[in-house]
Amino acid sequence: MSDTDFTSNEMMTIAASRALKNTDVCFVGIGAPSAACNIARLTHAPDVTLIYESGTIGTAPQVLPLSIGDGELCDTAVTTVSVPEMFRYWLQGGRVTVGFLGAAQIDRFGNINTTVIGDYDQPKTRLPGGGGAPEIASSCGEIFITLKQSKRAMVDKIDFYTSFGHGEGGDHRQRLGIATKGPTLMVTDLAVWKPDPVTREFTVVSMHPGVTREMVQAECGWTVRFADKLEETPAPTGIELSTLRDLNARTKAAHSGGKTGEAA
Amino acid sequence: MAQFMTLSEAVAQNLNSGDTAAFEGFTHLIPHASAHEALRQGIKDLTLVRMTPDVVYDQLIGMGAVKKLIFSYAGNPGVGLLRRLRDSVENGWPHAIEIEEHSHAAMANAYEAGAAGLPFAAFRGYKGAELAKVNPNIRSVTCPFTGEELAAAPAIRPDVTFIHAQKADRKGNVLIEGIVGVQKEAVLAAKRSVVTVEEIVDDLHAHPNACVLPGWAVTAICLVPGGAHPSYAHGYYSRDNASYIAWDKIAADRDTFLAWMKDNVLDARPEDFADRIKHLRSAA
Repeated sequence: MSDTDFTSNEMMTIAASRALKNTDVCFVGIGAPSAACNIARLTHAPDVTLIYESGTIGTAPQVLPLSIGDGELCDTAVTTVSVPEMFRYWLQGGRVTVGFLGAAQIDRFGNINTTVIGDYDQPKTRLPGGGGAPEIASSCGEIFITLKQSKRAMVDKIDFYTSFGHGEGGDHRQRLGIATKGPTLMVTDLAVWKPDPVTREFTVVSMHPGVTREMVQAECGWTVRFADKLEETPAPTGIELSTLRDLNARTKAAHSGGKTGEAA
Repeated sequence: MAQFMTLSEAVAQNLNSGDTAAFEGFTHLIPHASAHEALRQGIKDLTLVRMTPDVVYDQLIGMGAVKKLIFSYAGNPGVGLLRRLRDSVENGWPHAIEIEEHSHAAMANAYEAGAAGLPFAAFRGYKGAELAKVNPNIRSVTCPFTGEELAAAPAIRPDVTFIHAQKADRKGNVLIEGIVGVQKEAVLAAKRSVVTVEEIVDDLHAHPNACVLPGWAVTAICLVPGGAHPSYAHGYYSRDNASYIAWDKIAADRDTFLAWMKDNVLDARPEDFADRIKHLRSAA
């Protein structure tokens, strides 16, 4: 692969990373969000505060953690607090500006399911459950979501409301007494989406280079709305790509050998 | 006052079939050795509590030792789903277990309420979340001062909590360092507690604000070096991520799982953990 070629997954991670500001305090979900948040930190937002729910505040891992509690996170953190303190003082206390989540299943209003596929009592697939997500979704200033598009993941109706996005749309959050903004951005491997200001339905505002409307629709389970002024996502820069590839290479080496870099 | 004893004695004296037990650890310091000893002693019908049940709870569930699971995130972090838990919930093998599911915020608050001697925890949570509809233990209270409606969950009060820590001194005071998770709360919320440690020392050399459990707040202490493996002990050995990745294949098949459990748990001893972490020892 040449330096200017990139995969759709790389484009997704890099586009998602661009959304974080240097001044953000971000509660990081594991997986795709973790990669995006650390690319932000390693490129344009060196002072962004990354928080993992294991209690590590202001962490700066050299390799991506496999779990939310790898030793690397604690070693590089400004401070590590207990889990009750994390959820009470820092998250519930309203000190986190952005929650960055992934999703097993999501609908057009940014409601997320990570609990079950099928019926709750007789599930077809028992998923891990919500973890921190139900309160991350309501306590963070706003929510960014990143996931790879597929008809299985992006569905007309989710099987379980693990965490609340915009509910049925419109002012549903306000009606439930939730003061925070909820999902304001979704970055997939094909496009950047933002909620419509009135209906709150996720709308494609930017497509990644080489992506067509048909390609976005083919991997989405609802009828996709496109913004009137549709933009093209800027391609990854050389620095963004090399930073991501270096991080992925360090991570792969660390997790396959058993030793996690300088952890523990 | 904490008593020093072997892990075999500590489990025999503090864990009974039918108990509500927490083997806590938030990725870090997960008390694997204690859970394996419980399996060797044939403990059954447990109500297991933990925020983040992972591989070791998959093992307890797959071996049929569990009646009910109270939890907030059940997965093999960064790897995938818990296949033995799934087999139990989706197919009833080896038997179906009862599920009581919360969010992390609820569990953390409920442990803290247990440690504080309160009957329940109040917090701002579950807004719009469907768990409140399927778990009757998620309720609400109205703040008597502001009128705000808050979520409520009953305090967690285990019969016994097991944790792993870095070290204890000879009086039984325990030092926990690194990602401290919810272990202090889980011990103080429980009627009894068993702490396995990496080493027993003359002086903890603890910082004045370190996370220390005084010996009089702990029931039993057992020296089990490596007792958290494949989890880790900060400052002693790193997380065995390769083992977590390997577990996904072992747990995928019932017979492979049972054979692995016989070789590595039922026919093993607490002393075997020390060998398992040799290649993960910190360079320091």
